[in-house]
Parts: sequence; C-alpha cells; structure tokens
Amino acid sequence: MTTAVVRASRAMRRPARSRALRPWYRNGILVAGIVIVGLLVLVAVFAPLLSPYDPITQDLNHTLEAPGAHHWLGTDKYGRDVLTRLLYGARIDLRVGFLAVLIPFVVGSVLGALAGYFGGWFDAIVMRIVDVFFAFPFYVLVIVLVFVLGAGESSIYLAIAAVSWVSYAKIMRGELLVAKKQDWVVAARLGGMSHARVLMRHIGPNVLSQALIYAMSDIVMDIMAIVTLGYLGLGIAPPTPEWGSMILDGQEFITTQWAQATIPGLAVVLTSLGLSFLGDGLSDLLTPERRR
Amino acid sequence: MSVEGGSAPLSVQDLTIGLRRPGGRSVAIVEDVSFDVDPGQRLGIVGESGSGKSLTLRAVAGLLPRGVEVLSGRVEFGGRDLLTMPAKDRRALMGPEIAMIFQEPMTALNPVMRVGDQIAEGPRRHLGLSAKEARELAVSMMARTGIPDPARRAKAYPHELSGGLRQRIMIAMAVSCGPRLLLCDEPTTALDVTVQLQVLKLLEKLCDDTGASLVFVTHDLAVVNQTCSELAVMYAGHIVEAGGVKDTFRQPRHPYTRALLESAPDFDHPERELIPIPGFAPNVADRPSGCPFAPRCGYVRDHCTEAVPPLEEVIPGRLAACFESDRLVEVLA
Amino acid sequence: MSEILDAPATDTAMVRVSALTKSYGGGASWLSRLGKGGPSTLKALDGVDLDLRPGEILALVGESGSGKSTLAKILVGSTTPTSGDVSYRGASAPSHRDRETSRRVQMVFQDPYSSLNPRLTVGRMLAELLLLHRIVPRREVRAESIRLLNLVGLEEEVLGAYPSQFSGGQRQRLAIARAIAVRPDVLIADEPVSALDVSVQATILELFTSLRAELGLSILFIAHNLAVVQHLSDRVAVMYLGRIVEVADTREIFARPRHPYTRALIDSIPRMREASVNDAFELDGEPPSPYHVPAGCRFHPRCALAGDACRATDPPLLQVGPAHLSACLKADELAAIPLPDPAQELP
Repeated sequence: MTTAVVRASRAMRRPARSRALRPWYRNGILVAGIVIVGLLVLVAVFAPLLSPYDPITQDLNHTLEAPGAHHWLGTDKYGRDVLTRLLYGARIDLRVGFLAVLIPFVVGSVLGALAGYFGGWFDAIVMRIVDVFFAFPFYVLVIVLVFVLGAGESSIYLAIAAVSWVSYAKIMRGELLVAKKQDWVVAARLGGMSHARVLMRHIGPNVLSQALIYAMSDIVMDIMAIVTLGYLGLGIAPPTPEWGSMILDGQEFITTQWAQATIPGLAVVLTSLGLSFLGDGLSDLLTPERRR
Repeated sequence: MSVEGGSAPLSVQDLTIGLRRPGGRSVAIVEDVSFDVDPGQRLGIVGESGSGKSLTLRAVAGLLPRGVEVLSGRVEFGGRDLLTMPAKDRRALMGPEIAMIFQEPMTALNPVMRVGDQIAEGPRRHLGLSAKEARELAVSMMARTGIPDPARRAKAYPHELSGGLRQRIMIAMAVSCGPRLLLCDEPTTALDVTVQLQVLKLLEKLCDDTGASLVFVTHDLAVVNQTCSELAVMYAGHIVEAGGVKDTFRQPRHPYTRALLESAPDFDHPERELIPIPGFAPNVADRPSGCPFAPRCGYVRDHCTEAVPPLEEVIPGRLAACFESDRLVEVLA
Repeated sequence: MSEILDAPATDTAMVRVSALTKSYGGGASWLSRLGKGGPSTLKALDGVDLDLRPGEILALVGESGSGKSTLAKILVGSTTPTSGDVSYRGASAPSHRDRETSRRVQMVFQDPYSSLNPRLTVGRMLAELLLLHRIVPRREVRAESIRLLNLVGLEEEVLGAYPSQFSGGQRQRLAIARAIAVRPDVLIADEPVSALDVSVQATILELFTSLRAELGLSILFIAHNLAVVQHLSDRVAVMYLGRIVEVADTREIFARPRHPYTRALIDSIPRMREASVNDAFELDGEPPSPYHVPAGCRFHPRCALAGDACRATDPPLLQVGPAHLSACLKADELAAIPLPDPAQELP
C-alpha cells in the first residue's frame, strides 16, 4: 500500500465569502448584545457598591422625592431610592430569567431530541403532552400555576419550566427529524457508533444552536412573565426590589412622578434589547452556512 | 449559430451578468456572451457548475435570481431588445413567443391546480380562447406530448404524476401557445435514462413540427450531441468555443472543450482512458488575468496569462477563444 | 489483503443475498386505508439474489424505484429485510449489527455536501473512527490519518479543515477516506459521482479503481449512468422493479444483452459521437409503480417482445450463457436481434 495513483490538486478551495470564519468581534449585533447584557450583569453583581442606600429600608421623611442630587431618580412612596431598587431589581429579574430558562432548556431539549431521533411510541407520547401544553396561552398557564403553587421565586421557576419546555421540545424534535436523515448521521452509525454517541457528539453540536438562540428570546419572555406576575401581585414578595412590582407601585403616581413606573419599564426594554441582540448575534455565529 | 444576423429570433450581444455591489463596483459572473439562434436552430450550451450557462439562459427569460442583474449587453428577440422594453411588454412575450422548461417540474408547477387547467391558462390568456376551447387544447397538447389517457390525466394534480409525466406537462404548457423560442434548463437531468430519451425525442419532434428554436442548457455532453446541432461551451462565465456539435466534438479547438471530452466516459469507446481536468474553475471574484483556463491548461504558454484571448473564428463555422488554437488539430478518437 | 485470502472455501462470495424481500407500508395509517382501499404495500425488493465477489467492482444499475438504494441499505445494515438472507463470507449476517460487523461494510453516499458532519474537522472525523475501532494505537492516529488522506489523494494539511472548505470532489475523497479508515472488506458506493462535475468524476472513478487494487476492496457501485458503469465495473447487475433481471460481465452484458430491459437501457444512452440508436427498444411509458407490480414477467407491459407466456409466467433468473444470468423467457430470441453498430454511422 503506497500512495494513490490519483493526486488531487493540493489547494483547498477557499470558501467564497466565509461568514463562518469572521471573528466574533466583527459581528456588530453580537457585540452590542454582549455589551448590553454584560453591563446589566455587572450592575446586578456590583449593586451594593454602586449605591450608598439600602433597597428595602424605608425613609418616611423623604417619600416621593423628585430626582435630585441625593436621589438621582428620586424616591418611592416609602422613601426608598429608586435607582438603588432598580440596580438591586436587576439581580432578581436577571437571576430568575436565566434560571427559569435553564430547566426547560435542558428538559425540553433532551425530550425533544430523543423523540425526534427515536420516533415511535416515545415520540407519540411526548408530542401529545406537548400538544396539551400548547393548547393553553403561555401567560394564562403560568399565572394559574403560580396562583396554585403560591407566590414566590420557586413557584415562578416551576411554573415557567412546566410551561416553556414544550417550545424546546418542539424545536429540537424538528431539528432531529431533519438531522437524523442526513447522510453524515447514517455514516456515523455505519462507523459503529452507538446511538448515544451519535446523538451527543455528532448531532448535538449541529442542532443545539437553534435551541440556544431560542433560549435568548425565552429569557426575555420569562423576564416579562416575572414582571407581569410582579405587576399582578403574584411575583416576588413585596419588599424585595423587583422591576415588575416597581412598575406596579409607581403606576399610581404616573401623573406626578412619571419616572417611578417608566424607568423600570425602560430597564425591561433594555434587557430585552440586549438579549435579542445576543440571540441574533449567536444565530449568525452558530449557524454558518448549514450545507456548504 | 451565425455570428451576425438581424432576422434571428434570438440575438444575444455582449451580455454581461453580475452582482452590483454598493459603491458602484460590480462583479461579472457572465462576461461578453454573444450568440444568435436562427429560426428552427437548436443550440446547446454546455459547461460545468458555475460556468454561467444557466444564468445566461435565465437572463434571456428574464428570470435572474434576486441580486443578480444584467450589467450590460442586449438580448434581442425578433429585433426588439428584451432588456429595455417595458416589463409589461416583456411579460406578454413570455408564453406565446418565448417559453421555458425547467429541470425540476415539481417546483415549476402549481401544486394545488389541476395540470390540465395549468396548461389551459396560457392559451386562454394569450390566444383569447374560451375556457372550454382552452381545456380541449390542453388535452390535445397533452396527447401530443405523449401522455397516455390525457383527458383523465388533465384532472390530476402534479404530485399524482411521475417525474417523466410532470416534465411532459411542463413541455405541453411551454408549447401550448406555439412559442418561437424554447428555453430548456437541464430538462432531463432528473429523469431516468429511458424516460430521458423519450423526452429528448419529444422536444426534437415538437421543434421540427413548429419550427421553434431551442436553447438547451446542460452539463451532459452526450445529451447535447443527441439534441442539438449547434454548440457553445462556457467556462468561467465566457463562451470559449462555439460551432457545430459533431464537428466540435470530433475536433475541439479549445483546450477546455478537449479536456471536457477527454474526462467524460464515452459509451462507444469504453477502452479510452478518462483524463480528469486538474485544479478548479476560478472563483468569479478573482479570475486570473489572461485566459481563465490558463492555470489548468495543458497547452498554456506565457502570453496566455497576459491577455484574455478573444473569441475568434479559427476555422469556418468555428469560434474559439484560445491563442494556441492552431496547436489543437488532432482529431479525437 | 491477507484477510481475503483466508476466506472460507465453502462460499466464494464476499457478500451473498438470497431471496431478499423488503416491503414498506403494511402499516399505513388507518385513515389512508379508509380513504383509498386497495394495496398500500410497496415491494421495494421482491426476491433478490446476488453475490459480490472478493475484489470485484460490481455495478448495480436500474431506474428510480427499482430498489437499488433499498438493497444498499440492507447490505450496510441500516435497514432490515422483510425476508431472505444476507451472508458475509458464507456466514449469515445478524440482523442487528455490532460494531465489528458494521465495520466490514462501509458506504459512500451520493451527495458529498450532506455526507460530512459540518462541525467535525477532517482530523477529528478520522481519529474518532480509528480510536473507536482500535485500528491503530492512539499515538499513531495522526500518521494513519495522513496515510488515509494520501491514499485518497489529499495532503496532510487538510487535517485541521472543516468540510465547508472543500469542493464537491474533495468532499467525496474525504467521504471515501472515512469509509476506508475502518478497513472494511466491502464498499457500497451509492451514485458516488452523479452529483459531481464531469471533469471531477474521472478522478473519483480512478480512485475507486486504485483502492480496489491497493486494498483489495470489493465494491458495489450503484449507478444510473451506463457509460460510467461500463468504464469502471467488472460485472453488471440490472435491477427492475425490485428484482435482478440480468447479471453478466461488463463486456458481455453490453455486447450481448439477454434481457430486453437491459437492451432498452443500452439503447437509451445518449451517445457522445454518433447519433443513436435502435428505435426498436425505445421504451414506452415509465417504470410501473412498485405498489402495483405487474403479474407474469414484471417487464412485459413495456416489452417489445412480450408474448402470452410472458403475461402468465414470472421468469426466474437463469443461466443463459457462461457467467450470464437473465430473467427473460425470450432471452434467446433477443440474442438474435443485433445491436446497432455505432461505427456504421460514422461519417
């Protein structure tokens, strides 16, 4: 066994205009997303250092103050500094947002992937359950579940996880149905690899990006849900600073102290924007030309 | 294929197709392509993927993909420039005068419309037939394209028919208004070999019967030999050789044509060794200076990389774009 | 290679399939059965007998729906036959393949753009297989990968590259390198050049020939282009509607076809130089649906020679000459009709 008779040209063909090989920092949307989300996370982490006030201690001598030198964004009806509560609120909302996505992301992706890959009765059962959950509007189900489980952070995780895993299951099942028919998956099986290995090492990296991109927009959804729950009084218990309850509290003074409700609202918008950018940027980065 | 000619139904002159980039810079994918097709003539355009053969055909049909446009040149049909006429006039020509047949009929047919009605649509609009007359014409067109039991099949939907039958439906649709020019883009590539022969013979017969001209784009040299009398070989967006099919195949005068013929298996000469063409076709964005085939050419000399060889008559009835064309005089086995 | 030499003497075939059938769709949904009635079983394979000899290139030709790809899938073990037997070197193959049995039969696919994992570099793709099957010790993986790449005409430098950086022809070389990495005995190539440009086809065909010579591979080459088949293969098997209808050596089958379907295929080949061909064997109509296989000889509705006997009897695959099998009652009658001589039509 020496060398082949045929010798192809040495040159590899350069891919025409490769977006895939563009370094990530040249991707404007992605960088914008990273900067916005990164700043929010930093703010959340260093909230105690950034503000001299305590977010919970009431100061009834200085209620409903207008923005000024001491309180840049004014104070609320209990005399608490709005900026401080905003910064501490980021801690709660971001944490709940990210954590609430984690469970459904893992559970939904795994169930969907297994259903799509193996098909058969397992697929049938999973998809019937998915259909049942899909029949209800997201918010109605979350609100009902939180109402049943009782307000509080762990109820929120449970409610959101119970409702939103179905999206991941659907996405991953669809991806797997396409992927498992690809010749390279068949080739991996012919190479003697186990189903588990094919799923984890071969298909996984190719399809996970779709679920990951969806997760970014899902965090936005979850933060909105937390804010909505907070607004309905079903969210995080009152003295804890949280953007939804801040909007609720500020709303009664909207004509005199408009900033009280608007500023936390803007914080929600900014977070959504950052995560959307991050999702778009990731989808550029993770799904290079899928065929060629 | 005549080099000059006013009466030709189709006359393409210096056609350049490409991408226009912001900032006025543009990238040509097809460059300075000129050919005429006389009435009743059958021209085959061959080339490999990326040679620009399909884009050329699509430019004639006005079906360029989004982002790709004609940068310069003229496409005259019956003496009128298709590129400068109002879009409405051009659309009115598509069907009654110019018709196109695609590679994959499934994507070109409307999946939710009965095939008989799809064929009847053109004649109703362009020939002013009544619904009943158009339906009768559709059935008779289907019979002419060799579809068995046409009256029943006319009520079928595309997905209920086989690939060969769908391609016949496409052909019936294309010829239903009696066009003077048929444009075919790899119409038999997706078909089995026995069905391919039937479809090629059908196209040949229809063109003979109606006197229509045919432009047939394919990558299959043997199919061109079977179907067409005239040949244009495209490489990297240029026509590199043109002439009669049989002459050219017997004695190619451009190294690329020759290399292509030598790389393809020939059923009648199984003992002949296949010689692959080394290297790759150039990327349109960075074509080499000089002859685009020079880097892969076995006949290359220094001057080949200095200037682009013009497409010139090398022997009567044969054009070739090669400085070294005189050295290619050997007749292929 | 040495393994081939000590194959059991009882069966000379590398792979043998006998009376193989594969039906699909007995379990069509109750709704569609309610709607249409009638048979909904697709007989993709309907009694296939074939053997692949050690070190040969056997071409399998036939039109779409003839069952070529189904046969390939059964041979590599990615689907199981409804009935019949597949044996390797005389030993019956288990329906569920373990790592070792699946290693022996590898496959090269038609579309080089979907047959390589876009997220694996060439080096990782080869290394995974080499380690999984313990082909070489870990420290020799790189050297072995380079040897494989050289074998298919690629260089060491492609080890770190992703599939998207290669042309169609190079991807097909990579797919072949992956297939031979596990040192199979048999390579199933399903239309491996039909997606490639003609100038590249030749290099891949040559690669198959050289691999057969160097590695002693037995290759089943599935194709529809008879000019390619004629160029490459030692023997040809012709399939029609789920059955092998003719098998013979390449030179023999193209010179003296003994089944009218083979004859029609030959007469349908577009020719490079001469204009074709004999109209007598131009087929009418299209291959019937494998849902409704005709009674009697399955080819009779399209056959120019069909007689009453052909409508009544399903002809078996029988010896009609030395190493020449045909499933046609009129095989002798056909032999009397001469093939057109292309040389006559030369100017």
